[in-house]
Amino acid sequence: MTEYETVVGLEVHCELSTATKLFCGCRNAFGDEPNTNICPVCLGLPGSLPVINRRAVELALRIGRALNCSARRSIFHRKNYFYPDMPKDYQISQYDEPINVDGWLELPDGSRVGVERAHMEEDTGKTTHVGGGGRIHEAGYSLVDYNRAGVPLVEIVSRPDIRSAGQAKAYVDELRSILVATGASDGRMEEGSLRVDANVSVRPMGSVEFGTRCEVKNLNSLRSLERAIEYEVERQIALIEAGERVAQETRHFDEGDNSTHSMRSKEEANDYRYFPEPDLTPLVPDAGLLAAAAEGVGPMPAERRHRLSELISSSSELATRRDGSTDQVVTVVDLGLDELVHGAVVAGADPRLALARAANEAAANPEAARQLAPKVFADLLKMEASGQLSATQSKEVLAQLMDKGGDPAKIAKRLGYEQMDSSALGAMVDDVIAAHPQEWQRYRDGDDKVAQFLSGQVMKASRGQANGKLVAEAFASRRES
Amino acid sequence: MSASPAPEFGSLAEIAASVRTGATSARAILAQSLDRVRELEGDLHCFNEVTIEHAEADADAVDRMVRSGRDPGPLAGVPVALKDNLCTEGIPTTCSSKILAGWLPPYDATVVSRLREAGAVAVGKTNLDEFAMGSSTENSAFGPTKNPWDTGRVPGGSSGGSAAAVASGMVPLSFGSDTGGSIRQPAALCGIVGVKPTYGVVSRYGLIAFASSLDQIGPFTTTVADAALALEVIAGHDPMDSTSLDRPAPDMLSTLTDGVSGLRVGIVDDFLTDGSESSDAVVLAAAALALAGAKVDHVKIPDLLLGLPAYYLIAPAEASSNLSRYDGVRYGLRVDGPDTETMNSRTRGQGFGPEVKRRIMMGTYALSAGYYDAYYGQAQKARTLVIRAFDAAYKNFDVLLTPTTPTVAFPFGSKVDDPIEMYMCDLCSIPSSLAGHPAVSVPFALSSEGLPIGVQVLAPALGEAVMMRVAASLETAAAREARGPVTP
Amino acid sequence: MSEEERLITPDEVRHVARLARLALDEDEVGRYAQQLSALLENVDAIRRLDTADVPPTAHPFPVENVLRADFETPSLDRDPVLAQAPVAESNRFRVPRILGEAP
Repeated sequence: MTEYETVVGLEVHCELSTATKLFCGCRNAFGDEPNTNICPVCLGLPGSLPVINRRAVELALRIGRALNCSARRSIFHRKNYFYPDMPKDYQISQYDEPINVDGWLELPDGSRVGVERAHMEEDTGKTTHVGGGGRIHEAGYSLVDYNRAGVPLVEIVSRPDIRSAGQAKAYVDELRSILVATGASDGRMEEGSLRVDANVSVRPMGSVEFGTRCEVKNLNSLRSLERAIEYEVERQIALIEAGERVAQETRHFDEGDNSTHSMRSKEEANDYRYFPEPDLTPLVPDAGLLAAAAEGVGPMPAERRHRLSELISSSSELATRRDGSTDQVVTVVDLGLDELVHGAVVAGADPRLALARAANEAAANPEAARQLAPKVFADLLKMEASGQLSATQSKEVLAQLMDKGGDPAKIAKRLGYEQMDSSALGAMVDDVIAAHPQEWQRYRDGDDKVAQFLSGQVMKASRGQANGKLVAEAFASRRES
Repeated sequence: MSASPAPEFGSLAEIAASVRTGATSARAILAQSLDRVRELEGDLHCFNEVTIEHAEADADAVDRMVRSGRDPGPLAGVPVALKDNLCTEGIPTTCSSKILAGWLPPYDATVVSRLREAGAVAVGKTNLDEFAMGSSTENSAFGPTKNPWDTGRVPGGSSGGSAAAVASGMVPLSFGSDTGGSIRQPAALCGIVGVKPTYGVVSRYGLIAFASSLDQIGPFTTTVADAALALEVIAGHDPMDSTSLDRPAPDMLSTLTDGVSGLRVGIVDDFLTDGSESSDAVVLAAAALALAGAKVDHVKIPDLLLGLPAYYLIAPAEASSNLSRYDGVRYGLRVDGPDTETMNSRTRGQGFGPEVKRRIMMGTYALSAGYYDAYYGQAQKARTLVIRAFDAAYKNFDVLLTPTTPTVAFPFGSKVDDPIEMYMCDLCSIPSSLAGHPAVSVPFALSSEGLPIGVQVLAPALGEAVMMRVAASLETAAAREARGPVTP
Repeated sequence: MSEEERLITPDEVRHVARLARLALDEDEVGRYAQQLSALLENVDAIRRLDTADVPPTAHPFPVENVLRADFETPSLDRDPVLAQAPVAESNRFRVPRILGEAP
């Protein structure tokens, strides 16, 4: 039974968050009344000419930088084909001299996916199909709105390094975080500012050559992306196992039944007749453009994850732990709470505890958590670490802090979380020992597992007020004596 | 046909001066122009559209400005005609094609705005070869324009209408576009001055594109001084055109009459043919310059002959892409079909004339997969060789002389069925287009049949000043009868 | 030039006409095949040029980085633009059904 490897490359188009379009001063906005953001240039009227938007170039360079690409001298090319949503019936794009090349993207699990290029191009208008089943070739006619025509896009093409549907999803997720972090795009798949096409092929495990790939379009969500890849892989394997060839073609993902269908085949492949755009000048990433691209951009998610992980693992007691802290790091960075954790540690909090409370508790209300002052967070964490507050109590104080603000010590006092004095604690421990002689005996004989039961009884009796650490110590010291 | 009295306007500077001082009104000058149009237009067909009401309104505006003490500008009251591939807001702009019949641009070309701001009064839109593709104006979908010197002959192309309008005395100034010679060749055939500026000196915004890396707008006038003035008005950086040079208009007027003493003039032998009257005119012109103190010599620049074949790959390639937008979707002609693709094909099949279709197909072929390197790619390299050849020549010469075009005005129908013969009209004008260099045609002599012959002066990039200086000198030596305006 | 010697065959003309969306009848196909072949012959010298070490010229002058600021400028009034449309509906440009998806 042959084992097959999934091979996926992704082409992601993202709309840039510029105020105006790529080649003219019309507004770059989603959702406006049809054909209200048009001018001779973006409508491709006879005699019109394009002029490149500087901000779009800066953002494109920013994206390239965030994806570890090299920025190059680039030119625009015309990609010639007829389609009603294209006002000039050619698209101004980049071909063999694109602005960003040879980068990579690091996923949260540490794996890397290569980025072949991230180039600039203009978006097309939007076509609505009327009549028929809504599928394009069943429609009676179509209506075109050119508001989107000319909006700046960056097309990010990955290398075929992706090996599973899950990894594809992680790639798009991470890419989206990066795009948002750079401020270059708001990356919304549902609004169409992020569009994904997948190139899927399979090959026998261990094979070096690539199998025939199919391009899958109409992926409007991450879920669709995963399902489409899964379906394609199965479909292609079935064909190969049956001795048939996989046809190189473009397929359309059907959200209704999670399958892909071959699109109406064209009689011949598209010949785009690329040639250098004579109406535009080459782009050289000079010092000014590069500086503007770097300006005001913080660290990318991967770097933030690294920094946070280093913080945790440099705390010596954790170096050998495998305790799900990786997941916590991902969550904390994803929610934008890493600065909070760093700040708390600087103010003296225990790193692991800060991470855990941020990932588990503060995550419940990320917006409020982002407002929390690191020092205040640190104060609370110190109270917990010292045994002044139990874990349960600490979580409650944190919830109150996020809800209403204030001072941890005052909140603790108001909630009655006084530290239980040691004699009251000792009395509780003795009570439990008296009430559970058999368990106490087992514990004395060396059975550590029963300690949890015993401690649990004290916690129950104290209604969670007792400090778990101190309770455990009390039992341990009684066992010694 | 030799020059017989046509009512003259005087120089552009004189017209503007008399309007600015109130000595004449813009309306009066316009009336003179419109009278001439009414008299001759029925025969010559220079115009696709005569815009009488707009012109009267513009003239009134100029006169109002003068009366209120404001200066309307250096072309105050000058009637001008505009080639019908220049966008004029609210006024039909057709490129003499069925596919754009009746199209009303919602904006003005930059040059059109600048002319209005200078006080010029647009009289109408002139006829051209469809989409500026041709050398005779016979490719117009609306019928040809006749040459005022002999109405059985072509005025040249593609800017035939603009040339004939000046040559017949309808207007003292008109504008055309030049991609491979479409201003200069009609200027030569019509006995007037026509200038193609350095590529990038005049904005292309609003000029309906034929070949983007070659197209330039330029003036037709009866004198070199007028052409210099007109060019200075329209030239200069335009932020709406990325290929427009970031410099102000070139100053030609200051040095126009400095003479040619000490200038080095090269006669390009590769464009001379034994026994050709056009070639003879060039030799005579060179002699006149030598008399005036220039250092004249012959030069061979064989690589310039690569220009014609390179051009007939590059220009159609760019045009095939520029003309894709005429698809029946957003404006212009639509011929219906059951689906969009069929609608596109029928619209373009019926809306474009045969020359346009020929060039679109040629261009599509030259760019297509498998042929790009051999044709378009090679042509762009040949272009480099042409530029290098010019650069080498200009180390030893300040300007070069050639015939503007190999023949004088030819009879209607004599070349239209043989595209290659027609393309040969551009032999001498194409190389400077490929290089982006400026060039001017100066009416110099009459042929034995009494038809005008133009001599072309070439200069390096941004060499407008020295070029026009030489042209002005040539003009003083030229046969007066070789120069329009004439009455047909 | 005989049929076999033609540089562009009628099939190629049909292919190019399809790429360029030009509907041609059979007469035209034949005629254009002939004319285009003649034209290609005339430019054949270009194909045979030795251009090793000669870079292509896309622009007469080497200008770079012509850019504009990201500021809004007025858009066109929609109504006059749509009035020029061959067919408009619901403030959009209407076209007959589209056979294929966008590339």
